[in-house]
Amino acid sequence: MSYLFILVPFLLLLILNLFPQRKMEAIAFWTCMLVFSGQALFAFFCVFSRWNIYWPEALLGFNLYFDRLALFLLFTVGLVGAVAMLVGHFTIKYEHERFNFKNLMLVSLIGINGIAMVRDLFTLYLFIEVTAIATFILIALQRDRFAIEGVLKYLILSVVATTLMLSSIALFLLFAGGLSFPALRAAVNASGGNFLILSAIALFLCGLFIKGGLFPFHGWLPDAYTAAPASVSVFLAGIVTKASGIFALTRFLTSVTGFSPPIKSILLLVGALSVVTGALAAIGQKDIKRMLAYSSISQMGYIILGLGAGTKLGIFAALFHFLNHALFKGQLFVNAAAVEEQVGSRDMQKMGGLAQNMPITGTTALLASLSAAGIPPLAGFWSKLFIIMALWLTGNYTYAIIAVLASVITLGYFLALQRQVFFGKIREELCNIREANIYVVLPAVILSFLTVFIGLCFPLVMRLIIR
Amino acid sequence: MNIILVLLICMALAGLWAVMTSLLLRAAIALALTSAILTIIMFRLGAPLAGVFELSVCAGLISVVFISVISLTHRLPLQEYLKRRQSRISRFIFLPFILLAAVIIIFFIHKPILVTLPAMGTITEVRSVMWDVRRLDLFGQIMVLLAGVYGVLILFKGRQ
Repeated sequence: MSYLFILVPFLLLLILNLFPQRKMEAIAFWTCMLVFSGQALFAFFCVFSRWNIYWPEALLGFNLYFDRLALFLLFTVGLVGAVAMLVGHFTIKYEHERFNFKNLMLVSLIGINGIAMVRDLFTLYLFIEVTAIATFILIALQRDRFAIEGVLKYLILSVVATTLMLSSIALFLLFAGGLSFPALRAAVNASGGNFLILSAIALFLCGLFIKGGLFPFHGWLPDAYTAAPASVSVFLAGIVTKASGIFALTRFLTSVTGFSPPIKSILLLVGALSVVTGALAAIGQKDIKRMLAYSSISQMGYIILGLGAGTKLGIFAALFHFLNHALFKGQLFVNAAAVEEQVGSRDMQKMGGLAQNMPITGTTALLASLSAAGIPPLAGFWSKLFIIMALWLTGNYTYAIIAVLASVITLGYFLALQRQVFFGKIREELCNIREANIYVVLPAVILSFLTVFIGLCFPLVMRLIIR
Repeated sequence: MNIILVLLICMALAGLWAVMTSLLLRAAIALALTSAILTIIMFRLGAPLAGVFELSVCAGLISVVFISVISLTHRLPLQEYLKRRQSRISRFIFLPFILLAAVIIIFFIHKPILVTLPAMGTITEVRSVMWDVRRLDLFGQIMVLLAGVYGVLILFKGRQ
């Protein structure tokens, strides 16, 4: 079953490119939507079903494994991918660019699905690369100067990450004689603090920190998020960075290294610095997408703080915030796409009072902002609460206080965003602005609904996930 | 002097040339040369299949992709090129000192690393590993190449 998550997008990719683009435009859009949303629905029902869903499979020689953690990522990528497809259908103007966008989204889907289901360090690295290459091209899809600049920064830092990860893999192979997670775990446990094994772990962690855009390796992220086309920003911020960096890190920690005290210290430090740096850098940004990009660094810092607690509660909270961040940040980028499309600018100083003419975008953006700031009873509140609880219960009081204070800063810059863009009296030159197209409004409503639903029905959701 | 050591120094020099040269075509050739020297090292270390892969994929296929992409770019005007070359050279002014410091550090902290290397596999075993155990990796590599070529096509096709 699990190999279908790789083969279906691959076969669809081949079939779509066998026929002329013009004839395939509508079919390509709806089949891609079906693949993304079908994957999300399938993973959703698997998570909430009572099936025993640990299915190791080796059909076609593809050693893929299907567990709840994998399903969690499969669901998130399906959901965010479907949203990005809808936004792309509206915001990408040229037919050939839309067609290329769909193809590259399918390649990304193969990459992320691979990341979700592999149990081998080299294969994990390979699928991270598949995702990265598709993403580079997606960012540069419209070939303008800023996009090329953004993608070059991402590419250069990704090459550094690749070098670090490959060096780490070579060291692991030298010691363990294999790269499967169980073999690596046994080698790490038997190493007794060997310098080279520790170096291998440190190198791989640094590589993943770069991929995840965490402090101090975050230099590429604001430019890449800002320069990318609107739909690509949704996909990039919603899932790509988190899958390549954060999810791969979670898999690496839970399956290979475990949570030893030095690793927890590194995670806590990197997490706290990312939370604070991202939040402080987001203040005063004029470009709406750049502000959201810095905010993403901060929110990913929270996820790392949860992992740094090293307990079951911490890991649960980190993954829960992973999902919530995909929802509210994906949605905020959808709102940014709607505003950019209607106003023709991303400069917040040129906006004001847009909620009057764009009530759905304004309301959904407010809900997502409040969720990001951790205001009850929205979904973001619960995940942040559990991260802070996990930190407090493990005696990391300073980090817990930093997390609370950074949340106040988050509330501050998101309220500033709301005030500048949506609140108040509408500017004269913006009086003719209308609500965005259904392709942008619908995903914003769906993501808002999920944010509110998860927040209000949190006890039920938690019970089902933990089971 | 050990022949491997000589080859390693040559490989490092070719790598440096790839990074420092201001012409893309020369950089691609230098990279192919680096891969070719690495292939010789792999053959001398008794890993012929890895050598063949290195030669065919890195020195061969990747160079073809690079040169195809470079053929789609335009040359800078001579004045602009000379100006940029001058500024490039100034960027590497500290490189000799960094390299010297690295050599000194490695010389002083160099210690033999005690690891038990796995037994050398036969070519048949390597093929079996590649095809039977690591088939998903082959698929992943195909996807990487496919995405790369697709990217080149869509980013450069019709570009003025």
